[in-house]
Amino acid sequence: MKCKDFLKELNEYLDGNIDVQLKTELEEHLQWCHNCFVVCNTTRKTIEIYRDNEVYPLPDPIRDRLQQAIVAKCKHKHDHSS
Amino acid sequence: MDAIETKVAEPQTGQTEELVLVDAARHGDMGAFEQLIKRYDRNVFRIAQHITQNREDAEDVVQDAFIKAYQNLGQFQGNSKFYTWLVRIAVNEALMKLRRRKTSKTVSIDEDVETEEGSMPREVADWGPNPEQLYGQAELGDILQKTIQGLPQSFRTVFVLRDIEGMSTEETAEMLNLSVPAVKSRLLRARLQLRERLNRYFKKSKRDGAQPQ
Repeated sequence: MKCKDFLKELNEYLDGNIDVQLKTELEEHLQWCHNCFVVCNTTRKTIEIYRDNEVYPLPDPIRDRLQQAIVAKCKHKHDHSS
Repeated sequence: MDAIETKVAEPQTGQTEELVLVDAARHGDMGAFEQLIKRYDRNVFRIAQHITQNREDAEDVVQDAFIKAYQNLGQFQGNSKFYTWLVRIAVNEALMKLRRRKTSKTVSIDEDVETEEGSMPREVADWGPNPEQLYGQAELGDILQKTIQGLPQSFRTVFVLRDIEGMSTEETAEMLNLSVPAVKSRLLRARLQLRERLNRYFKKSKRDGAQPQ
């Protein structure tokens, strides 16, 4: 297996969506290819960092304001449709 | 090596309880709908902000998406999750905002030509075991924000839906009117490009004991 072939399967490998035989082949490649090993690890870490850290937190005051506005508009629509 | 842990931002609890809330909201129970808003407003805001990259637009999307969801609750089929249904509405609203704001430029989810370019890693450098601990929370937030903002919109949207919100490839494809292979290809390139861009912040320096290649 070449690095290019490994990269093609990287998504499925990271997501765990591959059959046992392909997984074995990919892991054989990882045993001798340091570059792919590093790319695989750091890509996994990239996903985890984005999953674990909120990039766009919604501050409570804005959250409250939005919730109130939504409820008021929905009530209005409900009252005018019934 | 293990696959990444399946941990999604979407709250998983109470699928049945949620259907009860949806049903109550459908019959005019505003308290029930408010609970649904509180459950998902952060997610909707996050998705909208990632797509539009504009705070005001993202806030509008939150409002419009929930109001639209409320008005169309009658059409919600219990066979999909309420969250998936809501996100589909939010993504549409966000993409519409984006198109409206940038009418002079071509903005489309199909803006990127499918090529193999950009999918081969250029720099391979290992990171330390906990690279995020190199920075304070605020600084890390800035780094992550700046990095993901630099991705083409279509890659960013796929990454956010698949990897941050935990949607399946099929759900993402349907929401964005893309084929499954197109979602897969964009996700791979989004992941690899983010990794490459984060290298400059997270790679081990020689001081940390990395072996010169």
